[in-house]
Amino acid sequence: MEGLIAAFTIFVLAIFVGFEIITKIPPTLHTPLMSGSNAISGITIIGALISAGSENQFVPKMLGFVAVIFATINVIGGFLVTHRMLEMFRKKD
Amino acid sequence: MSPTLINLSYLVASVLFIFGLKGLTHPRTAVRGNLLGALGMAVAVVATLLAKEIISYQWIILGFVIGGLFGAVLAIKIHMTAMPQLVALFNGFGGGASVLVAGAALLELVIEHKALSTQFTVATAASGLIGAVTFWGSLVAFAKLQELISGNQIIFPGQQAINAIIGAAALGLCGYLVYAPEQTLTYWVLVAVSSVLGILLVIPIGGADMPVVIALLNSYSGLAAAATGFVLSNSVLIISGSLVGASGIILTQIMCKAMNRSLAHVLFGVLGEAGEKASADDVYAGRVKSASAEEVAMLLENARQVVIVPGYGMAVAQAQHAVRDLMNLLESRGTNVEFAIHPVAGRMPGHMNVLLAEADVPYDKLKEMDEINPSLEQTDVAIVLGANDVVNPVARTDPKSPIAGMPIINVDKARTVVVIKRSLSPGFAGIPNPLFAADNTLMLFGDGKKAVLELISALKEAA
Repeated sequence: MEGLIAAFTIFVLAIFVGFEIITKIPPTLHTPLMSGSNAISGITIIGALISAGSENQFVPKMLGFVAVIFATINVIGGFLVTHRMLEMFRKKD
Repeated sequence: MSPTLINLSYLVASVLFIFGLKGLTHPRTAVRGNLLGALGMAVAVVATLLAKEIISYQWIILGFVIGGLFGAVLAIKIHMTAMPQLVALFNGFGGGASVLVAGAALLELVIEHKALSTQFTVATAASGLIGAVTFWGSLVAFAKLQELISGNQIIFPGQQAINAIIGAAALGLCGYLVYAPEQTLTYWVLVAVSSVLGILLVIPIGGADMPVVIALLNSYSGLAAAATGFVLSNSVLIISGSLVGASGIILTQIMCKAMNRSLAHVLFGVLGEAGEKASADDVYAGRVKSASAEEVAMLLENARQVVIVPGYGMAVAQAQHAVRDLMNLLESRGTNVEFAIHPVAGRMPGHMNVLLAEADVPYDKLKEMDEINPSLEQTDVAIVLGANDVVNPVARTDPKSPIAGMPIINVDKARTVVVIKRSLSPGFAGIPNPLFAADNTLMLFGDGKKAVLELISALKEAA
């Protein structure tokens, strides 16, 4: 139970931090924000790695393997495409 | 690596994510912000790979290679106009990964006959439900935007009742999974039912509401990741998931406000009250004036202040580079040119800004709706390029219209309005636009890009 409360505390505090930062992002950058935060949601890759690489039974391991593929697409694609967009905003400085 | 060290690395990764998002508050620091976010991800991944549970790497490497190649090729090849569907697609994969990770964790514990805590099972159910809705919802959004299926609203009788029943069934399965988690089949049934729910929730939503849907799905993918964090009791997943969830919710709110729609209306496919629609004939009959590029060029020649209002039509015609040339030409003659960006112009939040940035339009020329509206009365020429509903004065004047109350860009207050458009066809909302028939409006019929190029050459000839 204590672990749950701790996890829940982190969850709620992180939402507040998120609101504070994200409301300050100007509309010009809303598309990069979306693809960038999307890439961050690929953090599920951590869980995927643990399932795919541990001493698991075959089925959980394969689920983990497919999850690694999915999450890697999300992470690599997300950060790259965000970078591509932001480079366009930068060069006019 | 000891668990303490790994957890400390996760803390570092979380801090990097927060700094990364903070970097996005200004275009100058945004690139660095994104790199910090990517660095955070790298720290988290490396720390995990060094964890002692991970003993075999071959499947991981294979997964990295397949996923990395696929993601990288898409990210590098995609046209900026197709950005919304790409973001939807990536989003979906994130949600799908959450479903699989939670499923794998459940199976593993059950096979090894380990104890399942309530936190674990509740979080697993949440991960399966939200993740599957995100995955299938995003795929439908992708298919709609890519025009693999019709982008129109698809509504059938009893839709809301069916959705409610399926939603209730999904929640019931969640409850059963928490009650009897050893029966892992329940989880996959839950995933299947949630998948149907994801499809049914997005299918009825039309192209005009896509910015809201994409923002919402973005939020869901974060929540799915956070739920997976509760499954694995992993703080970095919880923190980054909540950051993304918050960002998606904020954008959803902004988009809803920009269309004067409630989230519930978007989700349940209600496009305003049906009301009486003015027929196109009544609105336009005999009052539409069309002009040639030469006539418009003459207007522009004498203008001091020009405001360009881009819409999705500009994106479709790939006219953003031509528009930039027009801007440069006008500026070189001492005309002040600004762009008026409606929050829901394009198909995702801020999409129009990206398209104009791609064409090297300086971002300080891009003005938000609230900022530009007061100055439109002093504007000599407002050029509406492939935008429709976001400049329809009916939103202000007719409380019965489907877009009533939606904040619009007040181009009708400019001295002269030039509308570049292929025909008088209506926009997403499907209603005629009296702006096109207004006394101070000239229609320049034609493809967006071609029309702008003609304007440029007419202006050059006049010089």
